[in-house]
Amino acid sequence: MPKTLGKIRPHLTQDEQLLFELSSPGKKGYQLPALDVPEVDPASALGSENVRAAIEHFPEVSEVEVIRHFTRLSTWNYGIDLGLFPLGSCTMKYNPRINEAVARTEGLAWAHPYQPEALSQGAMEVVAILEQYLGEIFGMDAVTLQPAAGAHGEYTGIMLVRAYLEAQGNPRKKVLVPDSAHGTNPATAFMAGYDVQTLKSNDSGMVDPAVLAAAVNEDVAALMVTNPNTVGVFEENIVQIAGIMHEKGAQVYMDGANLNALVGIARPGDFGVDVLHSNLHKTFSTPHGGGGPGAGAVGVRSHLEPFLPTPRLRRDGELWAWDYDRPQSIGRVRAFYGNFGVLVRALAYILAHGGEGLRNATIDALLNANYIRARLEEHYQIAYNARSMHECVFSDVRQEKQGVRTGDIAKRLIDYGFHPYTVSFPLIVHGALMIEPTETEPKAELDAFCDALIAIAREIEADPETVKKAPHMTRTSRVDEVAAARKPKVRWTPQA
Amino acid sequence: MTYPENFRYTKEHEWVSVEGDTGTVGITFHAQKELGDIVYVDLPKPGTQVEVGKTFGSVESVKAVSDIYSPVSGEVTEANSLLAEAPEKLNEDPHGAAWLVKIRLANPGDVGALLSAADYAAYIGE
Repeated sequence: MPKTLGKIRPHLTQDEQLLFELSSPGKKGYQLPALDVPEVDPASALGSENVRAAIEHFPEVSEVEVIRHFTRLSTWNYGIDLGLFPLGSCTMKYNPRINEAVARTEGLAWAHPYQPEALSQGAMEVVAILEQYLGEIFGMDAVTLQPAAGAHGEYTGIMLVRAYLEAQGNPRKKVLVPDSAHGTNPATAFMAGYDVQTLKSNDSGMVDPAVLAAAVNEDVAALMVTNPNTVGVFEENIVQIAGIMHEKGAQVYMDGANLNALVGIARPGDFGVDVLHSNLHKTFSTPHGGGGPGAGAVGVRSHLEPFLPTPRLRRDGELWAWDYDRPQSIGRVRAFYGNFGVLVRALAYILAHGGEGLRNATIDALLNANYIRARLEEHYQIAYNARSMHECVFSDVRQEKQGVRTGDIAKRLIDYGFHPYTVSFPLIVHGALMIEPTETEPKAELDAFCDALIAIAREIEADPETVKKAPHMTRTSRVDEVAAARKPKVRWTPQA
Repeated sequence: MTYPENFRYTKEHEWVSVEGDTGTVGITFHAQKELGDIVYVDLPKPGTQVEVGKTFGSVESVKAVSDIYSPVSGEVTEANSLLAEAPEKLNEDPHGAAWLVKIRLANPGDVGALLSAADYAAYIGE
């Protein structure tokens, strides 16, 4: 290695200081021309109590330092554009570039929510068509696109259930949630004012109709069920489950986080679901989280339609108009009309695929997950024997005998160049490894991933310490996550 | 691990130890082991009414947030202030210093329905 004069590693892999630490007084990234208007004294204009001479510790850096800082940080990321991103239940599928091209169409990208309706007809038509297509895919009578994320969609859905039951005279008290559910389900029910009752899953990881029947009574407002559920298994008794709920006047809410395993094959409305949400940033390939805001479209059967958030689209002659006169509505759940740019991308995805293409995407997602399951089953214990859908869940029971847990295997996977799978979820699986490849992965990438996990399984047999101390190839390793959770430092403070 | 003979246990992994009309409630060694490193404990205020089988608080570990189910009914008289400052005590001494709450029992007979130490150890396979 050449002499480095204090730079011990190349730029791209060196530790990056914070902007606060890069700061030096008086440095700036701009140069303003001389004032060509009379100068006003801020203190006399605003009052001296509203003016400060300096912002304490405000970083002062040049433009190139800012650009390099954030560009270097961006190279530390692992993203779907770099390789397989197998986070189970998160559906980290590739975001096709056509979505981005369409979302940048001038009339859509520059539309303003305060634009008059007459000048927003194209944008309103996008919303109308997407509502219609999602309704068809869900098997539902009406769809709202307002909720800004999956959990927001859940909350909207349970509020609709509550409004519907209230209109009948009794909102009821409880919501049933299987023990395999996403944590947002009980949180949603609680936020909507319901008590949560947990249902124990059966030996196949499914809702047990007998357990459900014993739990449902006139106090139960709804069941929140994920299908396929979080162990990646289709709830094969779903029609019977819906029947048990409806017999007692209760509603069936479906968490559509895993809807990508059903699109074009089965429709929740056809198997008894009354209301569901779908994360457009999962099933319909719009960017996740940091890559852009989400969208949690909610579909309902006709009996819940009067309660949907306002405004609703209606046809006014040849034009689209917003209808605010909806006396039974739960009201707005978000400012304006939802995360419109995300909705455009989802529609682009649907149109680019067409019905046959969407169905093929579902089949490929199932094929990829089952291919991984078949290759790894010999090396890792599958959690449930039931057939896998779009994801497969293993348990670390075999590796635990060598003292290696799912979190260790995930960290070792980083050394092999892959983002970890979902660790320790669902909670009903002992030491879960939850893997979702999505439909977009080529076979070569799936094989490289399986080869890595098989190599790790062999390492655990021969030399478990290597895995327990992983990752070895990263900038930092084994940060103290317990201390970070117990005593979080959420803001930078200068060294004394 | 030995589970104290004078405690009674639930299948949700709580324990209760009764003295007079007061029950001291905690989570078991097995529970803390399964949860992993505990980072936060959310407990009810004194005066809160709790009901057998209903949740009264939660334990957050690096892995998950888990509800705590009350093994008995009654009124909370004290919550363990140690845990606000030092949640890690729940990993270190779950059957002793890291008890969660003290409850004035509504029906001291409730505990009769709970598991003995031997039954609990058998239930968790130890």
